[in-house]
Amino acid sequence: MADLNKLTIAAARDAMRKGDLTSAELTGACLSEIESAGALNAFVHHTPEIAAEQAKAADARIKAGDAPDMCGIPLGIKDLFCTKGVPSQAGSRILEGFKPEYESTITSQLFDAGAVMLGKLNMDEFAMGSSNETSTYGNAINPWRRGNDDTALTPGGSSGGSASAVAADLCLGATGTDTGGSIRQPAAFTGITGIKPTYGRCSRWGVVAFASSLDQAGPMTKDVRDAAIMLEAMCGHDAKDSTSAELAVPNFEAMLTGDIKGKKIGIPKEYHMEGMPEEIEKLWADGTAMLKAAGAEIVDISLPHTKYALPAYYVIAPAEASSNLARYDGVRYGHRAKLGAGDGITEMYEKTRAEGFGHEVQRRVMVGTYVLSAGFYDAYYNRARKVRTLIKKDFEDVFAQGIDAILTPATPSSAFGLGEMVDADPIAMYLNDVFTVTVNLAGLPGISVPAGVDSNGLPLGLQLIGRPWEEGDLLNTAYALEQAAGFVAKPAKWW
Amino acid sequence: MSIDKDTAAKVAKLARIKVEEADLPALADEFNAVLGFIEQLSEVDVEGVEPMVSVTPMRLPRRVDEITDGGQQAKVLANAPDAREGFFAVPKVVD
Repeated sequence: MADLNKLTIAAARDAMRKGDLTSAELTGACLSEIESAGALNAFVHHTPEIAAEQAKAADARIKAGDAPDMCGIPLGIKDLFCTKGVPSQAGSRILEGFKPEYESTITSQLFDAGAVMLGKLNMDEFAMGSSNETSTYGNAINPWRRGNDDTALTPGGSSGGSASAVAADLCLGATGTDTGGSIRQPAAFTGITGIKPTYGRCSRWGVVAFASSLDQAGPMTKDVRDAAIMLEAMCGHDAKDSTSAELAVPNFEAMLTGDIKGKKIGIPKEYHMEGMPEEIEKLWADGTAMLKAAGAEIVDISLPHTKYALPAYYVIAPAEASSNLARYDGVRYGHRAKLGAGDGITEMYEKTRAEGFGHEVQRRVMVGTYVLSAGFYDAYYNRARKVRTLIKKDFEDVFAQGIDAILTPATPSSAFGLGEMVDADPIAMYLNDVFTVTVNLAGLPGISVPAGVDSNGLPLGLQLIGRPWEEGDLLNTAYALEQAAGFVAKPAKWW
Repeated sequence: MSIDKDTAAKVAKLARIKVEEADLPALADEFNAVLGFIEQLSEVDVEGVEPMVSVTPMRLPRRVDEITDGGQQAKVLANAPDAREGFFAVPKVVD
């Protein structure tokens, strides 16, 4: 078999079960691709020894006939996940040198299922960013380029390394996390599939916290079937996460029939944003037509509070972050600043956090501190939580009308050039998440599916939003969209 | 509501992040950009709306009050920048 690293999870699984392929061969192929892909800066900590060991164990297990779907599948793990004995820095200088003494629940589940870890993936610092430009490791690079123009493009963020690695076939799939769009936006920018499940589906235990009421992990894969397979392995109740749902996890892959006849697909009028590129409007209209042609009923809907989702998010997420990131104080782990003569504990905190946190993280922690401070708590934080209730109710109302899923663009543009947003004010960058952030605020499942390319040949994604806990149905609708869109473009290898 | 240099300094202090005096005006500008954006929320009629506590309606799980973990002092201290005699070490806190 040639180009083993380009296989899907499903194809590799089937080939390994048939005995046509070993995990050792597959893992070896991925490791050598990673070695020659340094220019993408996707993998930031390499774990070839762990990978070789896990692959060997997986091969023995497959041979014995006891092989879960993910057995022997080489993955990249976002740096936000704590992995035992392996650097886990959340893309931040403040966690330099930190090697967890424990394994996150999600990576435990994946490794118990036989998955192989190739290494840790680049990301925006503490998952705060939409371009992977806030990482302490430097920018991750998108394998896609604008035609023959060699301008380096962002893979999106915060799961930028995950997106770049999967799109460039350095691994078969990767873990991502999504607080405001951090799985779906990078997936759209790199022509891959990414799903954020319902809040509570995947355990947050051992995943470095950003905004705990919004954070959810999910898979980033080459297609919808792989997303179904990998998501199933990541889901499940965990007593160590008090918000983890005690619900059975269905066999998502078995639900991929492609039959969406009679399904009601909502098209929210508020997602027609002013100044949205025509290409995005066209992609959305094309996607709508595809679902209609597949037998779905298209319904115009209204989600009246959409406009207030980003402002509410930029109160709630920084507020939670300011609280979560209080733990980085130079005492228990990570970086501690060198102290001057006479410096006490307050100076230690202040210098450590000034040196350890990057600019965007500092800004968000301080905005969060401000909106939670005496005199502003009601005006900002409580008001934002009330608006969040209204945003969730918007979705509940349309689901009560019988809507099965909602189709929207995934992003307001294709991938932009690294550095192009540097001079813009922070709000311009925040607008990247305008279509995805509502889903986090409402706790719903959302999936980004590549559906076309723009005039520069860059991938564009569509987002489907589902009912809570109905990831299986959502994946099936995404599968129908994927089949109709027939997106097969791949980036030309330049790295 | 506009944030001035002194307010920016106060917020930085509350957040325990050292910000140089010279950087405070730029920081205040950034706060104002973000807060200007957030200000839109005041347009929304939230009369009688409950602030969201949990996005999924659920009661936090309870368990028996018993010790289930512990005895991992070495692991707890393994990543500390400064650990001595089984404790985290920090600069002098009281004189």
